[in-house]
Amino acid sequence: METKKTSLYKLHQDNKAKFVEFAGYQMPIQYPEGIVEEHKFTRNHSGIFDVSHMGQLFIYGDDNLIKDLEKIFPLDLKNLKLNHSKYSFLMNDEAGIYDDLIVTKIDTGFLIILNAACKQNDFEILSKLLKNKYKMVLDEKRSLIAIQGPKSVKILDNFISGVKDLSFMSGNWFLFQEQKIYITRSGYTGEDGFEVSVPNEHAEKFTKKLIEKGAKLIGLGARDTLRLEAGLCLYGHELDKDKTPVEANLKWAISKERVSKGNFIGSDKINKQLVNGVNKIRVGIKPEGRVIAREKTKIFNQSDLHIGEITSGTFGPSVNGPVAMGYVENEFSKKDTKIFLEVRGKKHPASICGLPFYKKSYVKGANK
Amino acid sequence: MSDVKYSKEHEWIKLEGEIATIGITKHATEMLGDIVFTELPEKGSNVEKDGTAGVVESTKAASDVYTPVSGEVVDTNQAIVDDPSKINQDPENTAWFFKLKVKDKSEISSLMNKEDYDKFAKESSS
Repeated sequence: METKKTSLYKLHQDNKAKFVEFAGYQMPIQYPEGIVEEHKFTRNHSGIFDVSHMGQLFIYGDDNLIKDLEKIFPLDLKNLKLNHSKYSFLMNDEAGIYDDLIVTKIDTGFLIILNAACKQNDFEILSKLLKNKYKMVLDEKRSLIAIQGPKSVKILDNFISGVKDLSFMSGNWFLFQEQKIYITRSGYTGEDGFEVSVPNEHAEKFTKKLIEKGAKLIGLGARDTLRLEAGLCLYGHELDKDKTPVEANLKWAISKERVSKGNFIGSDKINKQLVNGVNKIRVGIKPEGRVIAREKTKIFNQSDLHIGEITSGTFGPSVNGPVAMGYVENEFSKKDTKIFLEVRGKKHPASICGLPFYKKSYVKGANK
Repeated sequence: MSDVKYSKEHEWIKLEGEIATIGITKHATEMLGDIVFTELPEKGSNVEKDGTAGVVESTKAASDVYTPVSGEVVDTNQAIVDDPSKINQDPENTAWFFKLKVKDKSEISSLMNKEDYDKFAKESSS
């Protein structure tokens, strides 16, 4: 299969990006300044991320669609306000995660943002579950551009008036040069920011405008270090179809109202796990020295028993040290538990820690 | 500098008397990206030609550092352990990795000169 290019490919090239293939797309991993500088720029200023490889699934429908989607997602969609978003999961009967996603209620139904590597499979699963009752469009004609970091609100509000009034996890339609664009106040870096769905043919113009106002293009490399410092999961690493939201320590994303009544895919398993607990659970891990424990690194307890594995690990530029997440047996998951990480044959001390590694600065309620 | 030689694993080596100073090339640092962790061989240990003699890690991945010649490690550069970003800043000078008392000087003759290495680096990255 030929690799796809996003509508910003040329702009990435012009900015001397290094490319990698990711989920069938040629994506920028970094620019000449490098991952550390790009990471810090996002934390201190404003970074632009081309996330057009992610799926933008529009499902059109009314109250019946809400009822049908509630059989799938563990969300209280009846009470979700127009233009508000929720983080959720597409699961199998055993509550194993097919994908983690963001569901937003829009005027015509729902917009669901899917992971690039999962989007085709998600589409097929959802089509089957919804029995083709609703029009579903996995929109390839729109790009998705994230702008993240403390200066983002000022930069974007400069030419899209009103975005500063959006509160975290809410959105709306705006106009950019007479084009309808959908903007949500959200992101995946631990910073305040926005995700913008814009027609492909206007994506470059829109991005150049952000650059002109002082934002910089940031690659997937820094996106990974940013999300890891923020303690956020990456599908295929922290999440997959053999792990449940409870095991992933994401039960906050499951509606309490919904879980008590059950009746969504995976609800039996989730209820059982909420009552009985889980065998393994996702935790934050802080190595003591500078050694970086990467994915698949084995975790041992103080008696040298193998108790788990790292799912993501890197150097956190804002933490200025190594950071990791992984799964350990539940009894060793308490904060400050001493553990050991086996890197290149040697066991290095580390401890279980709270997440995030880097404190978020989301805007909870904007001035309304 | 004509007395500096280069390996296919992107190390440089400079011989002064019995002592060789070894580091990684600028080209290697450009391939690796930001270096955030360094591990060096122990002083007094013996390393074998083409064997591993350290590790560098970027935000993306870990890579072994090899020694282009055999010998005894007589010194290591603690400055690049304390601040690995120095390797990106000045790889072929102040950010050297370790010094060896060379066992067999003839091992050096099989290495590349600057011109050959530059050509090799260009070809291997394209």
